[in-house]
Amino acid sequence: MTEKDQELNLRRRLSGLSRLPLLRGTRVEGEAERLEKQLERLKADTSDEAIWRSVELARHPDRPYTMDYVARFIDDWVELHGDRGRADDGALVTGLGSLEGRTIVLIGHQKGRDVKERLDRQFGMAYPEGYGKAMRVMEIAERFGFPVISLVDTPGAYPGVAAEQHGQGGAIARSQAEMARLTVPTIACVIGEGGSGGAIAIAVSDRVLMQENAIYSVITPEGCAAILWRDAGEAKKAAAAFKPDALHCLELGVIDGVVAEPEGGAQTDHDEAARLLRAALLECLEELEDTPGEELRRRRRAKFRGMGVFA
Amino acid sequence: MSEARIDVQVEHKHAPPADQKRHPNTCPKCGSHYRDDELAAALWVCGHCDHHFPMRARARIDWYVDPGSFVEEAAEVRSEDPLDFFDLRPYAERLAEAELNTGLGEAAVIGHATMDGHPIELSVMDFTFMGGSMGSAVGEKFSRACDSAIERGVPLVSVTSSGGARMQEGILSLMQLPKTVCAVEDLHDAHIPMFTVMAHPTTAGVLASFASLGDVTIAEPGALIAFTGPRVVQQTTREKLPEDFGLAEQNLRFGHLDAIVPRSEQRQQLVKLLRLFA
Repeated sequence: MTEKDQELNLRRRLSGLSRLPLLRGTRVEGEAERLEKQLERLKADTSDEAIWRSVELARHPDRPYTMDYVARFIDDWVELHGDRGRADDGALVTGLGSLEGRTIVLIGHQKGRDVKERLDRQFGMAYPEGYGKAMRVMEIAERFGFPVISLVDTPGAYPGVAAEQHGQGGAIARSQAEMARLTVPTIACVIGEGGSGGAIAIAVSDRVLMQENAIYSVITPEGCAAILWRDAGEAKKAAAAFKPDALHCLELGVIDGVVAEPEGGAQTDHDEAARLLRAALLECLEELEDTPGEELRRRRRAKFRGMGVFA
Repeated sequence: MSEARIDVQVEHKHAPPADQKRHPNTCPKCGSHYRDDELAAALWVCGHCDHHFPMRARARIDWYVDPGSFVEEAAEVRSEDPLDFFDLRPYAERLAEAELNTGLGEAAVIGHATMDGHPIELSVMDFTFMGGSMGSAVGEKFSRACDSAIERGVPLVSVTSSGGARMQEGILSLMQLPKTVCAVEDLHDAHIPMFTVMAHPTTAGVLASFASLGDVTIAEPGALIAFTGPRVVQQTTREKLPEDFGLAEQNLRFGHLDAIVPRSEQRQQLVKLLRLFA
């Protein structure tokens, strides 16, 4: 695809977006404007610096994490611990809460702020037990008709001996299958790193959003570089090649919308980032709420089954 | 990241020799060497130590199904290069080379056939095509196999052999996980059984999607079945790895498989299952 085609594609996508109910209203006008600005930047900045900037911002140590958002817009938060089988995984937080008067189930990766918390939470890399816990709360959501909100922020599923022995691959597969079966509204937003299987395990949702500076990818840039370039130091080149930034994901039809961040990135103003995310989640919820459950499931499966580009 | 990096690799005096290029017909386990026709006659299993060599998709289909009964589907599906991906070489070139070298259009072959008279749908992966990696085309072919099984009302036999999602298609490859999972869910809803045979290796994105969702899951002896392979686990966590880490035998012990079935007995086992689910 030439740059011209790419730009055209993006413009088409943008104009399509502005017709979506998802992007109606004044806040969304601002978002579309922001996207336009990003588009300008993309054109101006043909270097791969913009993509790498996203990678850096997505991993910024001051970026708001799941619990920062919970504290700012979820009322009556009750965290639910444990998979009822083996353990409680701190890398994946689950719980019940209220979003503008509706009871919702929330599932989110949590990285941890200081060294001790980061170690306790394995830097947001969940074990199969974490996905087991997620499936358990999804079942609660299904039983009582609560919408499921997922906040994705993980470098990937934990790559350790115990994680393998406890069935990491199967857990990720079954978590996706569970999400494909739900008949309640589901919304996912990538709020930082959307790393591979560990991310998609909780993101098979009716609406998938990404924050402006989040990344969503099949492998970390370092991992890709180590395999294809045989040198993890080539991460920048790898990121430029597989394009994990929000705009490209939108262009490829992988996500449904981009959530604006405060100027300079979410880390500069947690309150404003939370306000923008909350508004986007509410818009999606309102849009999905009146659709019958069976229809939601049918459309969700049709959406994911339509993904990919082949000849 | 951009400044010059210092090479900190240390050479060890008694380090094991670097991976030597072994002839593909030499058994990596016991060193026995075979002629092509010997290996083919033995279903690519070492007669000496029972090591299972990789088996090509078409050879496996020939071995599984009744002679002449296989009708290939979606043979025309090919990968595209939506990202204009370029690492050390362009993706388009890698694809063309893979097709030339393997004689396959993609890393999966699907179609319908009969097995001991039972009609089935088949999806068989081939590791020689870019490491059996799953991009949009593989995801599409597997999904079509599910649809075809539903349409015909016949069981799906899925053989997996894959290094995982195909990096060259970026995020679209990751989306093949939910895509194939949704296809299997449609299969489940239609009460169509799926039998999975995990061949070496079944890893990463394929293990974390459709491969793990079979109604009955069997594996070949010695197959690597892991979300993260031993090398990456070792490098990232510095953990000491158990002897049979990630192998089929360990997976069976930890409850992730129904059985390990040697290649020569797989057909018999599948036919038994087909009878039970008929």
